[in-house]
Amino acid sequence: MTHSATASTARWRLKQPSIIPGFGMTLGFSLAYLSLIILIPVAGLLWRTAGLGWGGFFAVLTDYRTLRALYISFGTAFLAAIVNVVFGTLVAWILSRYNFPGRRLIDAMVDLPFALPTAVAGIALAALYGPNGWIGSFFMPFRIAFTPLGIVVALIFIGLPFVVRTVQPVMEELDREMEEAAATLGANRLQTIVSIVLPALTPALLTGFALAFARGVGEYGSVVFIAGNIPYVSEIAPLLIVIRLEEFNYAGATAVATIMLIISFVMLFVINFIQAWSRRRYGNG
Amino acid sequence: MDVKINNIRKEFGRFPALNDVSLKIASGELIALLGPSGSGKTTLLRLIAGLDFPTAGQIFFGDEDASHHSVQERNVGFVFQSYALFRHMTVAENIGFGLKVRPASTRPAKAEIRRRVSELLDMVQLSGLEKRYPNQLSGGQRQRVALARAMAIEPRILLLDEPFGALDAKVRKELRRWLREFHDRTGHTTVFVTHDQEEALELADRVVVMSQGKIEQVGSADDVYDRPSSPFVFSFIGESTQLPVELKSGTVLFQGEPLGITEAGEGPGQMFFRPEDVELSQAYDALSGKVTACRRLAGTRIAEIDIANHGHAPYHVEIEVPLHAPVELGSDIRFRPTRWKIFRG
Repeated sequence: MTHSATASTARWRLKQPSIIPGFGMTLGFSLAYLSLIILIPVAGLLWRTAGLGWGGFFAVLTDYRTLRALYISFGTAFLAAIVNVVFGTLVAWILSRYNFPGRRLIDAMVDLPFALPTAVAGIALAALYGPNGWIGSFFMPFRIAFTPLGIVVALIFIGLPFVVRTVQPVMEELDREMEEAAATLGANRLQTIVSIVLPALTPALLTGFALAFARGVGEYGSVVFIAGNIPYVSEIAPLLIVIRLEEFNYAGATAVATIMLIISFVMLFVINFIQAWSRRRYGNG
Repeated sequence: MDVKINNIRKEFGRFPALNDVSLKIASGELIALLGPSGSGKTTLLRLIAGLDFPTAGQIFFGDEDASHHSVQERNVGFVFQSYALFRHMTVAENIGFGLKVRPASTRPAKAEIRRRVSELLDMVQLSGLEKRYPNQLSGGQRQRVALARAMAIEPRILLLDEPFGALDAKVRKELRRWLREFHDRTGHTTVFVTHDQEEALELADRVVVMSQGKIEQVGSADDVYDRPSSPFVFSFIGESTQLPVELKSGTVLFQGEPLGITEAGEGPGQMFFRPEDVELSQAYDALSGKVTACRRLAGTRIAEIDIANHGHAPYHVEIEVPLHAPVELGSDIRFRPTRWKIFRG
């Protein structure tokens, strides 16, 4: 008994013998950092929500306005992330595969949504896609701005660089010989892209999707200008939180935030899981 | 399938990678393209495959001008130096890929593909590994998967780029012998690129020696070793010594002194000889020098000698001497080449 116990304690150690120094220090620093920036604020959030009690929490959760806002937030973020994966991959393809005049300019432009104040983007998009805007008037009587579709447009704008910047480096590193090999075996270009290139990109595509999606769920600044903010139709969850705050209903605000947090965490966790699986599957591990 | 290459020229930008190259490859032949890096051998292989297109010239597969056919139309088996296996596919999926991507009209049924894959796996002695992924295989196994994958499409010719480049010495030797057997069994016209002369000489029916975008010599191992047709081939294949000599009324002079050997002609030239093609001599008209190093190499002894006549810069040469010859460090030694070649000019 004693013998096997010592054997197992000997096998399990927090610190594995390693020549890379500083495990204790870096772990300690990381934990302190994570606590200050993420864990303590999140804990505060949960603490505030707890003040509502289960009953109050469920009342907020099952409120139709909350449900609609969550549905719109996650639904539009999901759609925008899907669109971004498709077109972001195209942009990454253009940038990494071809050399053409203005390539560097486009490359730089991709990062603009990172830098531009989101409110500016929202106002610009609203003006463009509004019923009287250059693009919006073109689609009348079909309305883009001030509908959920407008939200999707704004989130596509915000999320694009996340996909491009995750996919592009992986695409540049792709082994061109694999594509040549597929060609010598008789595969046409489409077959090569579908069965060789895309599978190799899958982990990067998933990462890009997760980032764009997460960013879209949390986005506030640009969306409020283009969404129209009609309750039950185009009101996003972050806006609902702000509205609750303005009503001095702090517990209600934190309850919505907590629900968002839980859903986001579960979704990101699942995406991470799929990523790990695809890394194994596609042999990048 | 025989392959004819007519006056191929290939430029990358303004730099010619291949310059007026012509070559005939007979059906069923095993050919090595041998040369230092930058000699254009891989470029030539890629042109035959259709992965690149020539700036000028034609490539014939049999009687058919394939110069402008796409790589898919040419139906060649190509094994890349890095193997380029599809990492996300199993061994079986890799090998079956070429059959699976065929248009529906010529695509074999699933069961037929499976049968063919297992047949090919048998042929490359990898049965039982169909479910593995490439990163679960050793280098030699990956190489054979790449070969099986290339063979699956029943290629008209088989092209291999540095097929043994990434393997360790022992596996390399085994696979070399195995490839020779494989070729003899299947009878495919095969072209492989290598910078390893031992590999080329041992494996190939004919060796194509290339340098700076040109073919220097085409011939059997005996041809290129015993009868090199250019100074480059002489110095590239095997060990050799190069000395500047002068021909004068039938005798050969080195630094103005006669060497005791005869060759018709007049004027300057470069003399090449191999370390084993010398004899020690006591005569006054022979190469003479000081032994600077001496080392045992398997069944022979290699002597390093600085040869120089009075008032000239010394030339460093290596020759083979009999084990029992009295060769001592720092002593003087005299020898003559017994077989040599002088390139004029």
